[in-house]
Amino acid sequence: MKKFTWLVPTIYILFLMLPIYWLLNMSFKTTNEILGVFTLWPQEFTFENYIAIFTDSTWYNGYINSVTYVVINTVISVSAALPAAYAFSRYRFLGDKHLFFWLLTNRMAPPAVFALPFFQLYSAANLFDTPLAVALAHGLFNIPLAVWILEGFMSGVPKELDETAYVDGYSFPRFFVKIFMPTIAAGIGVTAFFCFMFSWVELLLAKTLTSVAAKPIAAIMTRTASTSGYELGLLAAAGALTIIPGAIVIYFVRNHIAKGFALGRV
Amino acid sequence: MSLVLKNVVKRVGSETHIYDTSVELHDEGFNILLGTTLSGKTSLIQLMAGLERPTSGEIWFKGKNVTGVPVQKRNVSMVHQQFINYPNFSVFDNIASPLRVVNLSRSAIDERVGRVAEMLKLTPMLGRNPNELSGGQQQRTALARALVKDSDLVLLDEPLANLDYKLREELRDDLPKLFADRGCMVVYATSEPAEALSLGGHTAALHNGQLTQYGETPSVYRQPTSLRSAKVFSDPPINSAPVTKKDGRIHLNDQVSWDATPAQMHIADGQYNIAVRAHHITPTPPSGASVKVSGRILVTELSGSESVAHFVMDDQTWISQSHGVHANKVGAVAQYYIDIDRCLFFDLDNKRIAA
Repeated sequence: MKKFTWLVPTIYILFLMLPIYWLLNMSFKTTNEILGVFTLWPQEFTFENYIAIFTDSTWYNGYINSVTYVVINTVISVSAALPAAYAFSRYRFLGDKHLFFWLLTNRMAPPAVFALPFFQLYSAANLFDTPLAVALAHGLFNIPLAVWILEGFMSGVPKELDETAYVDGYSFPRFFVKIFMPTIAAGIGVTAFFCFMFSWVELLLAKTLTSVAAKPIAAIMTRTASTSGYELGLLAAAGALTIIPGAIVIYFVRNHIAKGFALGRV
Repeated sequence: MSLVLKNVVKRVGSETHIYDTSVELHDEGFNILLGTTLSGKTSLIQLMAGLERPTSGEIWFKGKNVTGVPVQKRNVSMVHQQFINYPNFSVFDNIASPLRVVNLSRSAIDERVGRVAEMLKLTPMLGRNPNELSGGQQQRTALARALVKDSDLVLLDEPLANLDYKLREELRDDLPKLFADRGCMVVYATSEPAEALSLGGHTAALHNGQLTQYGETPSVYRQPTSLRSAKVFSDPPINSAPVTKKDGRIHLNDQVSWDATPAQMHIADGQYNIAVRAHHITPTPPSGASVKVSGRILVTELSGSESVAHFVMDDQTWISQSHGVHANKVGAVAQYYIDIDRCLFFDLDNKRIAA
């Protein structure tokens, strides 16, 4: 029996990796090969698809747009959530628990609900088709999430730490930046990661609030056919590249991510 | 230089943490706040530090009203029960942090941190992070941070409570030496009467947010003004029972009574409560006058050279504490001697009457 303990994890990982392998497999094939024959690995190995993406501005601009609004959103979400989470973790005020729960309910409505009002409002504010519009719209679900994750980490820090710093003569802003933020650095990292992730994968709002100038990569990828027919190889290559930013970010927080989940806040 | 609380009250929501308290703390030596958990020690310390504002009343320090002055401007130091250090700073930076805030020169910081670290045996750990240290070393780092600046008021909130026994004894012996000739006031909160007695100084007995007595530690211990103070300052708990004085005799119950001692002669006839510390009830007669009682043993505890027995007499549990090992079986009826010279008399309002 003991001999086969490797079996289940292996099968699990196999199934997990299969679609990703298939994506990579396709990305190195020509479209003709994808459509013509069934092959387990590329018969005519080609970088054409990747070269096409990196040379065609409509493709690589999609990545630039996506990364731009995702980074803006992450910065906005974390910096807005830091003081909010601190207040929730340290102060008692009228209705604090209800307000905290209400934040969570913001995540319960599908973004589609907000697509139309956002479209009109951002158009009226002349923000339509800018990365900032998408970044702000994604704050809808990312800021509550950030507040929830950060509050968990902050409540893990004893309030005596705050008191000690005040006794030592630190003013509140100096304490917050010099002592408190480094103390919960892991939490800030995990929060930033989740904001990044959720903003990166969101499609509907990003697509609705942009047309040409700020079009995100995910929206470009939904364009399956072009004037030159089906470009499945190209799409596969774009998909493979879309995985990379998430993989890079997760590498930095790999040691802390479990704690974010363990807090039950994600 | 003194710290005065004038009619200080602290309420949080509908709960009262500190009832109307007025006290003038002594300048020299330790001021000990003695009380169990929730007795208001930490609340008082936070009020004294300026971390909390009293709901009403005033706090005066060095002849100035400091009631609304924030903690940053008060020049105080504080050590908590939990080991609180800045986790992102090295031990050196932890100790140096109060000096960095006031922009002291680098050489002055190095010199002072070095001196304090030497005093607290932290010199080899200066480069490490606090969470790599043992509990005792972490608390010594916190103490070093409190000592490094010339604060006027040092607040120690049960600093030894989370340490293991050996380290506690060691640090407790060091504490008075560390604060000797520093010219600062020290307020020390503890829940252990033995700790208060070994540190000396002055003691404020606290019970449920009320200050029951303040005075020199030995006198608070020997002459409690109320049954409350006596209870706060007793470990194991003090025995108390109603008695009646009539015709020169004191009656504890139908069987047990004794002729009033010369001091007890002055007490008028009537009903009283007496309190007897556990170590004044012993299995062997004390040298002075005593009265013999008997009771069924409920629990016995042996702690090295001391025996503690809980026994029942008149539906009431009494506690005896004595030197030496007295092996008594649980359930057996045993005889004890109450040292009647050491009985404390309280009137029915539990105020002590001189005896």
